[in-house]
Amino acid sequence: MNITEKILAKASGKKEVSPGEIVNAKVDMAMVHDLTGPLSVKTFRKIGVKKVWDNQKIVVDFDHLVPANSERAAELQRVMREFVKEQNIDNFYDIGRGGVCHQVMPEKGHVRPGELIVGADSHTCTYGAFGAFATGIGATDMAAVFATGALWLKVPSVIKVNVEGRFQSHVTAKDLILKIIGELKADGAIYKGLEFTGPIVRNMSIDGRMTMCNMAIEASAKNGVVEPDEITLNYVKERTNKPFQIVKNDPDAEYEKILNLDVTNMESQVASPHSVDNVKPVSEVAEVNIDQAFLGSCTNGRIEDLRLASSFLKGKKVKDGVRMIVIPASQEIYLQALQEGILEIFLKAGAIVGNPTCGPCLGGHLGLLASGEVCVSASNRNFVGRMGSPKAYVYLASPATVAASAVTGKITDPRSMET
Amino acid sequence: MISGKAIKYGNNVNTDFIIPAKYLVLTLDPMELAKHAMESLDPLFFKKAQGGAIIVAGRNFGCGSSREEAPVALKHAGTKCVLAESFARIFYRNAINIGLPVLECPGVSNKVEDGDELAVNLEVGVIENRSNSSTLQATKLPAFIMEILNDGGLIEHLRKKLK
Repeated sequence: MNITEKILAKASGKKEVSPGEIVNAKVDMAMVHDLTGPLSVKTFRKIGVKKVWDNQKIVVDFDHLVPANSERAAELQRVMREFVKEQNIDNFYDIGRGGVCHQVMPEKGHVRPGELIVGADSHTCTYGAFGAFATGIGATDMAAVFATGALWLKVPSVIKVNVEGRFQSHVTAKDLILKIIGELKADGAIYKGLEFTGPIVRNMSIDGRMTMCNMAIEASAKNGVVEPDEITLNYVKERTNKPFQIVKNDPDAEYEKILNLDVTNMESQVASPHSVDNVKPVSEVAEVNIDQAFLGSCTNGRIEDLRLASSFLKGKKVKDGVRMIVIPASQEIYLQALQEGILEIFLKAGAIVGNPTCGPCLGGHLGLLASGEVCVSASNRNFVGRMGSPKAYVYLASPATVAASAVTGKITDPRSMET
Repeated sequence: MISGKAIKYGNNVNTDFIIPAKYLVLTLDPMELAKHAMESLDPLFFKKAQGGAIIVAGRNFGCGSSREEAPVALKHAGTKCVLAESFARIFYRNAINIGLPVLECPGVSNKVEDGDELAVNLEVGVIENRSNSSTLQATKLPAFIMEILNDGGLIEHLRKKLK
């Protein structure tokens, strides 16, 4: 069996499972945030169970509309604070205590290899970067998990993505995952899992692996996963004392298909409006004028991303007429960036640095777009209306491309800029 | 038997089309959500769906976010059933869980026109197109999903089981 199958077998108490099989799986951790939490709670109350199945296995994180940007958002957050109190949920990250949920979950030690994690958010697949099976679910499924701690799941067939070669300078994990989505297309992994492997992935940092697994959903995948190794364990062991059982591929693991890629000649990639699979090399979209550059989100708001972007802005200015918004994904990253002097570089360049939140990524707040405006964004979706006006245009790119473009005022190949 | 007029859309109808995030603060009021369903893709959707409609779509319907408000908004606007070439899996589960029937039906986008009168038999997965007197076979729903739908959604189903 492959890792995905083995984790699902373990979670459902079976020796073996195969693709297509429906299992009843026990959940190790369940996460909700301020936007999906209220409906999960409202639905949980209808079941008629008083207590959640395990208050130590639930994480509540506020990130989507924080600090509350409207009275309604404030009311929803109040609903969640009351629920946390009522159920004695210790793993609660209010504003100032956490940040973007998919960053906070591993940072606070809630993601462990071999475990089954569900979250009421589609980008929950991020945690596959740590060798876990993680997938997004809706509010009613979450209410059922709150009540029973279990969920039916169909074992997916898995596409193995094997990546070789050597990255060119300033070409990143984000460019690679955009390239993969461009190849697979938006529905290419529907009902399937994606496993990332090969020398490029083995040498990739945790931050990069998180970016890769985070965007598995953009090919409609159920999960994205990287087999755990020393890089994984070095991160996880610093964050949790809880025991876990590492799950690795069997030597005869089977896959639906294998996609082989060599990144040696790959330039930076950009997803043009209005779909994530509309991916082109940056040279084909260079010269598109931009109004806004956004660096942040659960995809690219990590310390490595901020470091890389800041190297393009050091001693330079964001182009007149362009707004650059930087949002570190968590309180911890914010502090680290502050201590490393990175925030100073952004501020001196004329960028604005916001508090940890999903912000404009989902059209929440802190930088929505007007009609006709163009944004180059390090986030994960460029759907019509995603970041504000349905008449705005969003180009998805790497932190390097976003920063280089902020300096020139048009979409720019980061390889063309000295750092 | 479910019957209604087809409202037809293309491939990759995402959750930001179905219900933009700015309306999610209306979470606790499904009728308010419904008024904004599909508004940037099809401003007339709410009006057309009133009284009962069947959405017919291409591949990957409901891709994107996990927001359950997407099927909730469609259902409360009057959608009785969604037929598509394929569904994004979170949307698919969410729809079943709130009692909105969804059927995978290969070929449906070629064989149904906007406004066609359809009748869907969920038990056997057969779709009758009364406008051109043809029938289509959808992938039959597994028995445990039919049970959830017959109970009116996952919560009612669980309440029954936990009694």
